[in-house]
Formats: sequence, C-alpha cells, structure tokens
Amino acid sequence: MLNTSPVLEFKSSTFFAPILILCSHDLVAIEEALQEKIRLAPEFFRDSPLIIDFRELNKLHLDLDFAQIVQLLRRVGFFPVGIRGGNELQNKQARELWIPIDTVRELGGTITIGETAKPETSQPAAPQPAVAAPREPQPAIVPPTTPAPATLITHPIRSGQRIYAIGDLIIMSQVSAGAEIMAEGNIHVYNTLRGRALAGVHGNTDARIFCFDLQAELISIAGDYKTSEDLNKQKYNHPVQIYLQNHALIIKEIA
Amino acid sequence: MARIIVVTSGKGGVGKTTTSAAIAMGLAKKGHKTAVIDFDVGLRNLDLILGCERRVVYDFINVINGEASLNQALIRDKNCNQLYILPASQTRDKDALSLEGVGKVLDELTKDFEYIVCDSPAGIEKGANLAMYYADDAFVVTNPEISSVRDSDRMLGILSSKSRRAERSEEPIKEYLLLTRYDADRVKSGEMLGLDDVQEILSLELLGIIPESKSVLSASNAGIPVILDEKSEAGQAYADVVDRYLGETRPHRFIDPKKGFLSRLFGGRK
Ligand SMILES: Nc1ncnc2c1ncn2[C@@H]1O[C@H](COP(=O)(O)OP(=O)(O)O)[C@@H](O)[C@H]1O
Ligand SMILES: [Mg+2]
Repeated sequence: MLNTSPVLEFKSSTFFAPILILCSHDLVAIEEALQEKIRLAPEFFRDSPLIIDFRELNKLHLDLDFAQIVQLLRRVGFFPVGIRGGNELQNKQARELWIPIDTVRELGGTITIGETAKPETSQPAAPQPAVAAPREPQPAIVPPTTPAPATLITHPIRSGQRIYAIGDLIIMSQVSAGAEIMAEGNIHVYNTLRGRALAGVHGNTDARIFCFDLQAELISIAGDYKTSEDLNKQKYNHPVQIYLQNHALIIKEIA
Repeated sequence: MARIIVVTSGKGGVGKTTTSAAIAMGLAKKGHKTAVIDFDVGLRNLDLILGCERRVVYDFINVINGEASLNQALIRDKNCNQLYILPASQTRDKDALSLEGVGKVLDELTKDFEYIVCDSPAGIEKGANLAMYYADDAFVVTNPEISSVRDSDRMLGILSSKSRRAERSEEPIKEYLLLTRYDADRVKSGEMLGLDDVQEILSLELLGIIPESKSVLSASNAGIPVILDEKSEAGQAYADVVDRYLGETRPHRFIDPKKGFLSRLFGGRK
C-alpha cells in the first residue's frame, strides 16, 4: 500500500517562557539572585526556557558579554531560547550561539525595540541595584499600566501541581499543600490556601495575595517571603490579604 | 461504549486491588459485562483475589505484544459469567506496557464491555500513569491517615493533567473518594483521620467508606471478592459503593463506632 501520510506538519502554537530582565552586569550578583529565585520555586524554574532581556541594561549603558550570561544561565539550569533588546554585539553573539533575536511577541502586541521607556511601574526582575532608592509614597491603589489578562481557575490545585499566571491569578477552589501558584500580578484564592503562593514574581512589589483561609506553606510577594513557620497561626481560618510594606509582608484580616 | 474506571491511590497497600476486585464483581453481578485489568506488572495479585491464578495462561503483555488475542487472555470468572479478568504478567518488567499498547487493548475491550476496571499499581510513575491515562472515572482509594491523603491529593493532580481527557481538553475524569480500611474506633480516639479531616483536604464526592474488616483477608485467602460475602460489613460497604456509582442513593454506613447505635440514629452526621 502506498504510504501517503505527510512527513511533517507545522502547527502554530504559543508556549510560555519567562523573560529575564537584567538590570546589573555583575555576574556574581546575577548568579546569586538567580539561585535565590530558584530556591524559592525550584519546580517552576527547573529546565525552564528563558528569554534574556537587555533593554534595561543597555539603557543604563552597562556592558555585558552575551556568551558569558548564557553560560551562567545554563550552569544554573536554564535554557536560554531568545534575546531581546540586545545591542549589535550582543545580537551577533546570540546568532553565533543559534539563539533567536527579538522574536518574542507579548500578549497585546509586538514589542518594538527602541520604544520609549515604560512608566515607572514596570518592575525589573531579579537583581535589584545594591541600594534601593527610597520609594515615593503612593496612593493605596495603583492602576496597572500594562493590563495582562487574568487567569481564572475553578478546579482544585493539587499537590505537585504548578500554576503560573502572567497577570492576576484567580482561583475559585482549594490550593493543596505541595502545590505552587505563581503570578506576575495579584493572587486571589476564594478557598483554602495550603500550598505555596508567590505573587509579583517579576518584582511587582504592589502585588497582593488574597485568600479565604490562609494555611499556606509559603507566601511571597516580589521575592519577599514567609514560610509557614513564620506565619502567624492566629490568622489561620480567616480571610486575609497580604501585601508588602517596606519589604515586610503584612498579613491583614479582611473584615 | 464502555466506561473506563481506574482504581488508584499513589500509595501501596491501601486497598486498590481489593477494591478493583470488589467493584468489578459488583458491577458484573448487576448484569453489566465487566472486565478488570491488572496493571501491576511483576506483582500480579488481582488473579489471586479473584481466585483464578491457576487459570492464567496468557496475560496483558502477551496481548499488547500480539502474542495472544484478547479472547485467549481474558479469564471468565467462576462466580459470575459477566466478569472477565485480564491478568498482569509476573515475569515481565514494567517497561513492557506502552501507551499505544494499552490504548489498543482498551479500545478493543470497549467494543464488547460495559465497564472496564483498571487496577493501578502504586506509585506515581509509568504504571500508574498508564492505568489512569484512558480513564473516564477515577476511584481514589485513600486510608484515613495523612500520608495516604497526601498521596491521593498528588494523584488527583496527575489525574487532572496527564490523562487523555486532559490532553484533549475534554470533560475531566470524574473523581470519587473511597475511604478504605476505616477503623471507626481509631478515628474516634484520634489515632486516625476522620471523614471530615480527609474531606477538608480532598473535597471529593464520597463514593463510600469501607471499614477495616477481617473478612477482607479471609475473602482474599479464599479467592472470592469480599463483596460476595454479604454478611461482612466490608462486603456490604462495597455493595453500597457499586449502587451509588450506578446512581442509586444509599446512606453512608460504618462511619461511627459499633456501640453508638443511638448516637448513630440521632447524631448529626452529614
Ligand atoms: N477494608 C479492609 N479491611 C482489612 N484489610 C484490608 C482492607 N482493605 C484491604 N485490606 C488489606 O490490605 C492489604 C493491601 O490491600 P490491597 O488491596 O492489595 O492494596 P493495594 O492494591 O492498594 O496495594 C491486603 O492485605 C488486604 O487484605
Ligand atoms: Mg494492588
């Protein structure tokens, strides 16, 4: 019989890869900061593809060798799969390493390289400058400048499961011990939260966590975290919100 | 079209094989043509519990490898002619099972049977994943202790993400809780978790509570599924499970310690 099945097929699809925004060219500091992030969410970062964003770095005129950062990332367990915002030399190095350049599209439109700087609310990822500038007093509610669609989940998140949302994450069911939920924005759990919840994972210090019943193993906002040992058990079994104030996690009952 | 049921748990020794044999027999006794498959390659014991170990000629893996036809391998139960057993191989290793192979066998069974019960091995590795991949319904067998509940929770996560239904974005596998080896006295004394504690963590539809009962061991020694021992509490509890699964309403029994008959009558259990 003649075999007429095609040899290959192309499908268009989208898949998820975190973007690493570099703000420092200190390789040691970068590695430390990455290790810290990985320690917080080992499951999430293991063998993760990664896109390296040089826009902040190049805006600050900090020079960084692309080959070196790729080497570092591979060493700590990432798979760099793209570069964006690189300068001529960095792009050339990327091409030599077969890493695609500026192919990343974000939800809501194509990134134009050289676009004007985003408003202040765009939060850089991992390595913060050694001395953080004192934050201006802000109104309690800051409207998000880049609204990403919220992710709504109605089924339970079980032990061993991991959820990542680009914007806000809304969960209508329970989050089991041993589960991990992460969002670049806020996290809402309209049920019991027993697992690990990490909001503002790209450094958004305004992100908050809301839940009906806090029994979490770990909560984190923009990298500042508390484990269940540090959590005040008196807040258990009450609806609470969690937010960041001067790098301290505040847990407050919702009256 | 058959309905495929996986009996799963994550943890070993909680009563999966006991349950698989009991509910397969229960469904068959109600007149539904049922096949029960042993996925526990290398550790087969479903055939022992069903008392057909001496009639095993070909097994699941022979069928997958095309060394025997399904009809040659299926063993008709001696107590109920609506029940067929597909035994596991004792001599092969687990890698002999493949997703395609399992799918082919299930496809073939589906044409001819009403229910297919898959007795899963322990663990969260390949064998267990294969047993649940094609399932429509999952009976999550859990003992009232924290490690078993945790493992079941983990299994539920895998069920909801690594099944054919999940991959095809179809309606998810229907999950049911089966609380087994439940010892009401030890629950009362706080040695074991109660139903409420388990449900607080798992929140699943409760299909039944099977009490810890000596009759289970004697039934398995005799090679007769405990559901046929109509005098035993475990047998009655399994019969209730089958009825509930088939859509009938049965009050939950054997939750409270034996003596508290009055409190059982008047106590406010859900
Ligand atoms: N309800 C019960 N009461 C008493 N013993 C039980 C009960 N259910 C299971 N057992 C015993 O527990 C052991 C493990 O049961 P089995 O069904 O083989 O578990 P699994 O298949 O999950 O490994 C067996 O010795 C069995 O007789
Ligand atoms: Mg077994």
